[in-house]
Order: sequence, then C-alpha cells, then structure tokens
Amino acid sequence: MSDLFLAYQALFAFVGINGLLALSVYATLSCGQLSLANAGFMAVGAYTAALITLHAPFVPFVFVLAAAALLPALVAVPLGLPVLRLRGVFLAIATIGFGEVVRLFFVNWDFTNGALGLVAIPQRTGLFTIAAALAVALFVLGRLWRSRAGYALEAIREDETAARTMGIRTTAYKLAMLSLGAALAGLAGGLEAHYTFMVAPGGYGFGRVVEMLVQAVVGGTAAFYGPVVGAAFLTVLPEVLREVGARLGLAPGPFRLFLNGAILLAVILYLPNGLVSLPARLRRKVLS
Amino acid sequence: MTLALSGVSRAFGGVRAVDEATFSVAAGEVHGLIGPNGAGKTTLLNLISGLLQPTAGTIELDGRRIDRLPPHRIAALGIARTYQNIRLFAGLSAADNVVVGQHLRRHAPFWRRLLLLPAARREEQAAREAAEAGLARVGLRERARLQAFSLSYGEQRRVEIARALASQPRLLLLDEPTAGMNPGEAAQVGRLVREVAQEGRAVLLIEHNVRLVMELCDRITVLNFGKVIARGTPAEIGKDPAVVAAYLGDGP
Repeated sequence: MSDLFLAYQALFAFVGINGLLALSVYATLSCGQLSLANAGFMAVGAYTAALITLHAPFVPFVFVLAAAALLPALVAVPLGLPVLRLRGVFLAIATIGFGEVVRLFFVNWDFTNGALGLVAIPQRTGLFTIAAALAVALFVLGRLWRSRAGYALEAIREDETAARTMGIRTTAYKLAMLSLGAALAGLAGGLEAHYTFMVAPGGYGFGRVVEMLVQAVVGGTAAFYGPVVGAAFLTVLPEVLREVGARLGLAPGPFRLFLNGAILLAVILYLPNGLVSLPARLRRKVLS
Repeated sequence: MTLALSGVSRAFGGVRAVDEATFSVAAGEVHGLIGPNGAGKTTLLNLISGLLQPTAGTIELDGRRIDRLPPHRIAALGIARTYQNIRLFAGLSAADNVVVGQHLRRHAPFWRRLLLLPAARREEQAAREAAEAGLARVGLRERARLQAFSLSYGEQRRVEIARALASQPRLLLLDEPTAGMNPGEAAQVGRLVREVAQEGRAVLLIEHNVRLVMELCDRITVLNFGKVIARGTPAEIGKDPAVVAAYLGDGP
C-alpha cells in the first residue's frame, strides 16, 4: 500500500491541484456565471508565488501562498465590475479575453523570461500542503452551502431578477464569487509552481481552463464537493488506462486517448448532473 | 406607510405603457389595480419594484423617492412582490424558496458558521421553522420538501406569496395571485390577503377575478391604455361609466 502511495505521489498531488482548480470554476458556476478567466488567475498566482520565492527566498511559504491567492482575488474586482454585467456566452467570451491578455503579458515580459518562463523554482510544496489547501477550500465552500449567502447564490443562479427583488445584492455576490474563484485558482497556481519547479505562459492557455471546466462539470456542480470528484476521476483515469492497457497488451497511443475520450463522453451523456449524482440514480434504479 | 405615485409615465419607444398614473396606497389597505389586458398594470408593478425606471413622474415611499433605486434597495425598504408569470427558484424546494425570501431578515454573520458555532445552527433552525410556518399559512405544510417545479400552478403561486411574506414587507405587490386557481384556492388567497392587510401591511393587487376584487379591495384604481380612468371604492367603480365602457365598449 505504501509502495503504491509512493509510486503515485505525483498523481495524488495533481488530483489536489486539479481539485482546487475545478473548485475555482465551481465558485462562479454556483451563482450561474460561466467565467473562463481562471487560467489567467492561476497564472497571476503562479508567477506571484514563483517571483517571491526566487527573489525573496526568506519569506515563509505560507505567506507566499497567501500572496498567490490574494493578488488574483484583487485583480478579479476591477475585471468583474464591467464583465459581470454580461451574461452567458458573452461573459464567457470576455473572460477568455482576459485569460489571453494575461498569457500574452507573460509571454512578452522579459523580467519573467518571456515564453520560456521561470525555471529552477525550489520545490516547497508537498502532498501534505496540497491536501491541506484542498481541505481548507472544501471546508469554506461546504460552510457556504445552505448558509444565508449560499441560498442567495442559488437564488441568483435560478432567477437573478427574482433574487434582486428579494433584496439580494446580486452584483456584490457575483463579484465575491469571482474573487473567491480567482483566489482558489491563484493558490493552485502557486502550489503547482512549487511542485513542478517551473512556470511558463504556455501552461495557462485556453486549454487549461477548459480542463478545469470539464472536471467541474463531470464531477457535478450541484454539490460543492462534486468538482473535486471530477478532478480526481479525470486525473486518475489516464493512469488507470495506462496500467490496464499495458496488461491487455494495448499499444500506447491514439487508442488509449480514444478510450479516455469515450469514457468522458459516456459520463456527460448518461450522468448530466455529474458523477456525484450516480449514487442517487443507482438507488432509484434499484427501488423501481 | 404610504406609497404615492404622481404623474408616473413609462414609454417603450412610441408606446406609453403607463401614462401619468397618479394614486396612492396606505398601510392596512387592500388596493386593487384592474384594467383590460395590456393596460399597463404589470409595467406599473415593475416600476414600483425597481425593475423598470419611469420616464417621467415620481414614486415615493413615506415621502422618500424610490423611483431611481435598484430593486434590492427597494426590497430593503419593505416592498415585496410576486410575479404574473411565476418566478420561483424552480430547482429549490418550496421551503428553501421561502428561506431565500427571509434574506433581508437574517443577519447572522458568515464567520459564525465558519467557526461551527452553535448560534449559527440555531439561527438556521429558526429560519427553517419560520419557512415551514410560512408555508403552513398558505396551506402548503405538506409540500415543504417538494421541489418548486413539481408543484401545481396554484401551489406555486401560493409558495410565491409565502416567499414574499417571508421578508415581512410593509407593502406587498401581488400580480394576479389567483390566476389558474380553482374557486376554493382563490377564496383562501382572498382570506390571506385580508389577514395581511389587518396586520397593517399594504397590499397592491392586480386581479382579473372581478368578484374577488369587489369583495376584497378597500379601494380600486382602474387603468386603461396606461391611463388612470377611475379611482374609488368597489361600489363607485362598479357603476362608473368610464370603467363599464373600458370593459364592455361604448354602447350605441
């Protein structure tokens, strides 16, 4: 068992990081906003943390991570004020734009080595730190669920107009969740930078935020822990397929990717409310 | 509590949906707002609740102008409403809809919940119990746990009324609260509206059920093509020639 744990330590670390990222997308989805700015926020957090560690190595790691979460959260406020007036696909497009602006900014910034990025960042993150960060994030979102604020978020998601006439300050809530999501993405970025030794703009492109979104949706956004389930599933799946494929004598390559895609498609088609809706569905099947 | 509209107009392009409407609603009063389809009744409710801004005129609550305030501020001043086309939070249970309605009445800070303090749990328990009492008041105690979209049309309307009352409003705006209800349900809503007024709240009611309006309302304002064509007690409105003409057309 401990051998298995050691062999797959990196896999568990990425489950944790991807879990945080999926939660960051969930934060805005929970009040019905499809924001795709989170790869950009992640980049801001990763670069912030890496620059502090490289230029001021005496700063305790907890403060480095705090900065990695705080700066994107602050950036989210002036971004959110204009773009949260947009809805649906228009909000998605505007926030994709933000993500690209951030990526191109780092590509062109000589101070951070442009497209090559920062390398030789000391490894200051272990599995324990990542697990602790994920636990804190889950705890806060779990306490939010079904609280007064949590109900307000659900009301905004279901019917924003009705929510406003109940006295809910919809703009403030949406902005707060954009900011919270940015903090989680930035935190994940800071953790990843100190786990993989490097940050480069290429790691924070549009593909990255789509990955986060798919993980959140596959896990299910009806429950706050759903996105973490999705992140775990989609991070572990390729590894499982690799093991299983090797035993069955399948050559690595396109077929395994095809299988990965097919399973993903099956989950989305047959479990539209995500993996977390599976137990309830099975129970209904058994009862009927 | 006094709601006073003076010279309120709202134009959509060339159409004057509401045209210089002037009337007032006082505490403890059930005020009927009637008129043919398209007369501008719902537009008027949207103007009062802040979803629309008037193009001219003023709306005052206790002498304070509210016609430029955003909807959540107007709600905080004590105005709650229901919708003609029902706007429940469909995915939430009936009880949770009413809990959302208590938003302005709940003040427990989030950190208390974050620290797992028992005070937070008690406050939530109280909110849930108040929501169930609110549903019992509209006769839906047994439906509390069902999702809003699975309820019948009449039940959904009553959940909306319970949700609006959960904020303990001073002024309740009801947009066709008995539409789609059977006579028994409609009579029950009528009794509830009376009770609400007796608590000292004002009720502004849009309603097409003429008999209910005549029985229930203290005063009635009649709109036609956005204009107020008559104001008065039900008895006065019943024999007003302008109202009869608006509803039945001019005789030969």
